Amino acid sequence: MEFTDKHVQGLKDLLYKMADDLLIIGHRNSEWTGLGPVLEEDIAFSSMAQDKVGQSLALYEILHQLGESDPDTVAFTRNAPQFHCSQLVELPIGEYDFSLVRHFFFDHAEAIRFDMLATTVVEPLQMVAKKFRGEIKYHTMHADIWMKQLGESEEAKMRMQNSINEVFPFALGMFEPSEFEAELIEAGIFDGEFALREKWLNKVVPLLESFGYTVPNAETIIPEFGGRKGQHTEHLQPLLDEMTEVFAIDPGAEW
Amino acid sequence: MTEKIKSILETVMDPEIPTLSIVDLGIVTGIISETEGQAHIKLTPTFSGCPALKIMETMVHDKLIEEGYTDVKVHTSFDVQWNSNMISDKGLAALKKHGLAPPPKHDGYFELDVLSDTPCPLCDSRNTTMSTPFGPTLCRSMHYCNNCKNAFEGFKPVG
Repeated sequence: MEFTDKHVQGLKDLLYKMADDLLIIGHRNSEWTGLGPVLEEDIAFSSMAQDKVGQSLALYEILHQLGESDPDTVAFTRNAPQFHCSQLVELPIGEYDFSLVRHFFFDHAEAIRFDMLATTVVEPLQMVAKKFRGEIKYHTMHADIWMKQLGESEEAKMRMQNSINEVFPFALGMFEPSEFEAELIEAGIFDGEFALREKWLNKVVPLLESFGYTVPNAETIIPEFGGRKGQHTEHLQPLLDEMTEVFAIDPGAEW
Repeated sequence: MTEKIKSILETVMDPEIPTLSIVDLGIVTGIISETEGQAHIKLTPTFSGCPALKIMETMVHDKLIEEGYTDVKVHTSFDVQWNSNMISDKGLAALKKHGLAPPPKHDGYFELDVLSDTPCPLCDSRNTTMSTPFGPTLCRSMHYCNNCKNAFEGFKPVG
């Protein structure tokens, strides 16, 4: 079908929120570089950071093809209110339990999102979605192993459970609907945030229960929305200031 | 004309694996050469975040200029998505020669359990343990051989 302006706007909105999620979680993951509790975990979070930032670049490239600014400009010159990431990804890394739980919730959502987008009618997006799936598989595997293992001793399980309770409303915030849901679904661009949320719940709830955790009731929890519309926690702007510090010294520098 | 370019690209090595050419790695997904001096090359990344890709683009570009091509373009595209089955048999042997366990062949979907008994590239034992699916580069995992007691790295299978 022929895309209307609204379809294109909806597509750009979708691309921005996915790319911004990946860039910001990538930056947060990278904060574990040098600090991981064991060397292998240091490397794991650093590798995942690199994957996420690489994936965000591929999505910013698609936006660039659609007429938006080039990826560096988009990544390094916007302020918090212009970012469409969910609040989940901007929260500080906290203790390791917090970062692992966020990683588990986020990566399962990503795996499903890109699985859904592997059949989108938007060809360049379909191609990168197919590519990302193979990479994200390593991320969900990593998250699952730790969620399982840390559910097996008393103190670790208590810490993980507390983080699950804390992170869950923010995780639900990932699925904040956009104003273009109907257009995206109608055009075959994306089946929408609600469908994604349902698939995600069907994945993460049984998994967590099988590891012995209690999952808050998604129907009664109020999701932490706002991120998709540029309303962020106080944590995003300091992250952006740090991330863009070098770029801002000399924006025209050739690297 | 594309065959000649392919043979030139077979001399361009992965900057992180000096025994493996980019052709055997399977990342050259398009060669267009319709006129004398024209070489338009398409590469696809092994991993989206691979920092070596930009370096490989430059290496390909410079090599073709050196070989006398005048209209050289190299760009990266996802239109063919790389997977580890695209590494040629020669490439798999080159990985092993470099001390990296080659990725197992798969039919699209595979469980990551395949990593747990990766054959040791040094002694060929399957009595190995995966230490971590993440390694010093995005495409590598880390393992330990319980037979010859060596730590080794593997090239990850990607579907």
